[in-house]
Amino acid sequence: MKVLRRTFNIRKIYGLAVVICLWEIIHFIVNSKIVPGPYETAKAFLGLLSGNLVLHILSSLFRVLSAISVSAAAGVPLGLLTGMSRKADSFISPVMYILYPIPKIAFLPVFMILFGLGNSSKIVLVTSIIIFQIMLSARDGVREIPQEFYYSARSLGLSMFQIYMHIVVPAVLPKLFSAMRISMGMCIAALFFSENFSTTFGIGYFIMNCWVMADYLHMFAGILALSLMGMLMFKVIDYAEKKLCPWLHLDS
Amino acid sequence: MIQVRNLGIDFGSEWALKNIDLDIPSNTTCAIIGPSGCGKTTLLCVLAGLLVPTAGQVLIDGQQLRGIRKNTGLILQNNGLLPWKTTWKNVELGLRTRQPDRKIVNEKVYSILKQMEISEFRNKYPAQLSGGQKQRTAIARTLVLEPDILLLDEASSALDAITREQLQNLILEIYKNKPTTLVLVTHSIEEAVFLGQKIVVMKKAQIKHIMSNPFFGDADIRTKPDYYNVCMEVRKRLCGDA
Repeated sequence: MKVLRRTFNIRKIYGLAVVICLWEIIHFIVNSKIVPGPYETAKAFLGLLSGNLVLHILSSLFRVLSAISVSAAAGVPLGLLTGMSRKADSFISPVMYILYPIPKIAFLPVFMILFGLGNSSKIVLVTSIIIFQIMLSARDGVREIPQEFYYSARSLGLSMFQIYMHIVVPAVLPKLFSAMRISMGMCIAALFFSENFSTTFGIGYFIMNCWVMADYLHMFAGILALSLMGMLMFKVIDYAEKKLCPWLHLDS
Repeated sequence: MIQVRNLGIDFGSEWALKNIDLDIPSNTTCAIIGPSGCGKTTLLCVLAGLLVPTAGQVLIDGQQLRGIRKNTGLILQNNGLLPWKTTWKNVELGLRTRQPDRKIVNEKVYSILKQMEISEFRNKYPAQLSGGQKQRTAIARTLVLEPDILLLDEASSALDAITREQLQNLILEIYKNKPTTLVLVTHSIEEAVFLGQKIVVMKKAQIKHIMSNPFFGDADIRTKPDYYNVCMEVRKRLCGDA
């Protein structure tokens, strides 16, 4: 166990070391203020933490977490319903198949007109990107539940509500965590884009504002903050999965 | 007593069961044997109330079976254990829906785990159990509900030879300790002869032959020539055209 833990830590350190080395090499080759080195960027980042960078990070986090909450609250029940009921599937799936591949980011101007220039339009944009991923994962998760589980549950006398709680939800949970991991990249990219319009807070705004001011060191500190935010969210998803799906992380 | 009368199941393109007539007296065992696709599992699902017959009816203690019956236990081929629940949680699942008193649930679950010799695995997940331990858990989950009819669908088919015999011995022991109506579906002739008081041979959606097994109940029968004679007889019935 200890050996495994040590190996895992070594792998993390190895990954970090490779990324820092590559960054240093690019900084050396470019040899310009446009790409500052990792050390000075980290120093600038730590310096900005006592300033308003934290507010920018918190604004972005609020938007992402709100979008994830709305997507989960609406997408999971709809996905489960689509997976469990053929009738619901015949109504919801055709609409989902048309809307899912449409590039939602192009709708940002529409969302800004409809939901205002503040947080709402940004949250709606990110929600519109991840909700379909969550719905599809929930639906497919339900469809993959073996028939024998339902037979067992029914013969044990479980009600429909108990079948949902004891079979459907736990069977779908790992799929939802995977969907969130996959959506996270798209989600942060969309957020970055949306924060370039009509806002003065958010990490996307901070990065682009620094770029306009030719403040490349702080721009890189902002990129570092955005990357750390993404990493933190990944870690939170991993942690939540470990806590809520312990059967997926067995030692033997 | 289970009475099956002129039972038929039509899956649209073909009949999965046709003209099935069968009587299984209370507290006796019945082994249903036949080749794959002969309809034996379908018959078990009908007895469990999971499938509604297209024709005929099933009577249990004189009452027509309409849907799932509270006192019928079902153990499936792949045991139907939920991968996200520990042994304990799997076993208590059905009981908790019927018994609101947490203390009684705990006592019953602990007692059945002890009886099945799996109490040391109570915090393990199905993925951490061997095939035999999984089947014991599935049996415990059903027995804890104290059913008066126990239905087993090829319960030992996925196990190795030794574990399979141990499981068969366990089922016989459970039956001897507390006789219940036991119906098992199997494709193993040896299992049918060891556990079936009545042996039903099925072919092409129909019952071809019903024979009684006078040697049922002898735990040492596997070492006796009579056992092999009955096995030969069943084999003949299975392989014969009639």
